[in-house]
Amino acid sequence: MSDQRFRHLKDIPSTHIFGSGTPACAGCGGLEVIHQLYEVLGEKTVFINAAGCMTLLSIYPFTPFRGSWLYTAMASAPAGAQGVRDALDILLEQGRIEPSENLTTVVLTGDGSAYGMGLSATSGAIERGLDFIYLCYDNEGYGNTGQQYSEATPHGAKTSTSTGPRGYPGYKKSIFDIWIAGHPAYAATVIGAEPLDLARKIDKAMQFKGPKMITALSPCPTGWGFDPKESVEIGELAVKTGVWPLKEYVDGKVIHTKVPRKRLPVEEYLKRQGRFAHLFNPSRHESTLNEIQQRIDRYWEQVE
Amino acid sequence: MKRILLTGNGAAAWGARLACADYVPAFPITPQTEIIETLADWIDNGEMPGRLVTLDSEHSMITAAGAAAATGVRVFSATSSQGLLYGMEMLYTVAGWRAPFVLVNVSRGLASPITLEPDHNDILAARDCGFLQIHCATCQEVLDSVLIAYRLSEASSVRLPVIVNLDGFYLSFTREPVQIPDLKAAAAFVGAFDAEDIRFRASAPTSQAMAVLGGSPYSYFRYETHLAALQALDAYETIASEFEEKFGRNHPAVETYRCDDAEMLFFMIGCFATKAKVAVDRLREAGWKIGLVRPRLIRPYPAEAIRTILRGKHGVAVIDQNLSMGFGGVLHSELASALYGQPDMPHILASFIGGLGGRDISTEEFFEIATTLKRAIVSGETPAPRLLYTEDELKQIEKLQLIAHVERTGGERE
Repeated sequence: MSDQRFRHLKDIPSTHIFGSGTPACAGCGGLEVIHQLYEVLGEKTVFINAAGCMTLLSIYPFTPFRGSWLYTAMASAPAGAQGVRDALDILLEQGRIEPSENLTTVVLTGDGSAYGMGLSATSGAIERGLDFIYLCYDNEGYGNTGQQYSEATPHGAKTSTSTGPRGYPGYKKSIFDIWIAGHPAYAATVIGAEPLDLARKIDKAMQFKGPKMITALSPCPTGWGFDPKESVEIGELAVKTGVWPLKEYVDGKVIHTKVPRKRLPVEEYLKRQGRFAHLFNPSRHESTLNEIQQRIDRYWEQVE
Repeated sequence: MKRILLTGNGAAAWGARLACADYVPAFPITPQTEIIETLADWIDNGEMPGRLVTLDSEHSMITAAGAAAATGVRVFSATSSQGLLYGMEMLYTVAGWRAPFVLVNVSRGLASPITLEPDHNDILAARDCGFLQIHCATCQEVLDSVLIAYRLSEASSVRLPVIVNLDGFYLSFTREPVQIPDLKAAAAFVGAFDAEDIRFRASAPTSQAMAVLGGSPYSYFRYETHLAALQALDAYETIASEFEEKFGRNHPAVETYRCDDAEMLFFMIGCFATKAKVAVDRLREAGWKIGLVRPRLIRPYPAEAIRTILRGKHGVAVIDQNLSMGFGGVLHSELASALYGQPDMPHILASFIGGLGGRDISTEEFFEIATTLKRAIVSGETPAPRLLYTEDELKQIEKLQLIAHVERTGGERE
């Protein structure tokens, strides 16, 4: 398997086939990822969407997609992908459509569905070896309904259902680890702020038949509390502080595609976001800050 | 054509096979499982072309069914009871996609308490979702209805999914002689699947099931679905006539039995209607002018056909194998709304609830229902809704009440 199609940033297609003027918030990190993914996948795709922010990309009678789209429900987008994929395969086998009419099946879902309600359908799709790409834009909360905490919310974050002085008491779980326990063909973490890494991973994913599971940390100005123009910078900080490890799962092995050798303190990432402001003001919440830093350090110790 | 003994489940599977279903998303649930086991066996052993995939739930199963139909293949699926309700969100959703396919529901009572045995609360919970509903009374009808359902679902004027309903246990596991049409004759009747403009192709990108903003576009799509369901009334008549011409079996939207000179009628759906026929025969022998009306179509509701049959009759006993808590029988209230304010309709519309959770309705109970109805016609007073019990069952209930009393009071006498 080779990454050679995209050596440099300038190798990445910039045809801008994804339309503008969507109702997504300014600076949406999820939309940034969809833009980049779509450039690589192209328009011979059908996006099968679970309820979330991106459901509002296609509002009758307009769509930013040049290819196809099917909205399903919050819990069952992978099952929708199963139905579409199986139907296309049946039509191809029976010669009822030309091979040129075939489509790549892409599930588009937020973390609310991916980490929670949709997990059963996702697990089933992996187990059945469904040939599809699964993209989770992870904005670490139920963003579309006003950023309530989800199973993807990080420890200590203030959300609209964790407004107390300590923020969200739970811990973000690793959807990547849950996926690879089922041995998909490919799995990866990506972020819009690292477009070359992202493009290489999508390109690599397309070379496999079977479930290709992608999760993208998606900085969310509205839900996380930062200026939309800082979205890319926040994403970069997520990588540089080690909060969001960039990695992939191929042939039964996990490889980190970008190891931040000199990690910035996690504070650099946290203090830029309103959802963590209570950890710094009116006084520093040392124990929580230490705990968050220690968890990150422990992760990278295991990697290195 | 061959004639063999088949269960209702077997007949449903044969319907899917004869209709040349391409795709079967599945999930096991009692008493439906025999349907998917039969289809899986045929497909695995090369007796039937097609693909069967077991999903992680009925919610996923109905999603996959709708998505495959929306991509352009012929889809069959089956479920029951809790499964139908687990998939309820998607029943509403895929009906709105206007994705034509056939879903068999094997009726079974709903929790709580949890039971395996049949009644109609599951299927009537799906009453408003946009699926059309055909209700069967015999195993032959199950097979025939699946074939008719594909034609109805795929008709250009309709384009809606259809549920074919049969009663759990009494029909699903009862063997009856069933005529199995020749594959060629059945295929000629059903025809090839035409996806029309609902499909996914690289050369013709399309967005399906998009969000709408505002009540106007929402109402537009909902009205369209409603009008399509209404158009299914005419489409059904045409398709059922063609079926009768080809196969010699008549399945009207509303079945009538000895209704012509009847003054009183039983009104019910499902396989217990065959027991009502026996009761009608016995009562006729005793000189009663009584008949049976059994709608096969529940959605769309064949209101005009029912009014025509009921015009000038004195009284109707509606027997509901369902219970809408705090109100009563669903079929009763629907019939009342279809008849109210119309000329020459029966003055007495008596409501009886029975056959819940596998409970039988005996011939004696049909006699009791008829007696109550006759008394009401004479007195001109509609009786209060009745929950049916036999004397033995009442003894059991009193025993349960006694136990409950002892548990609540610690055995103290009042």
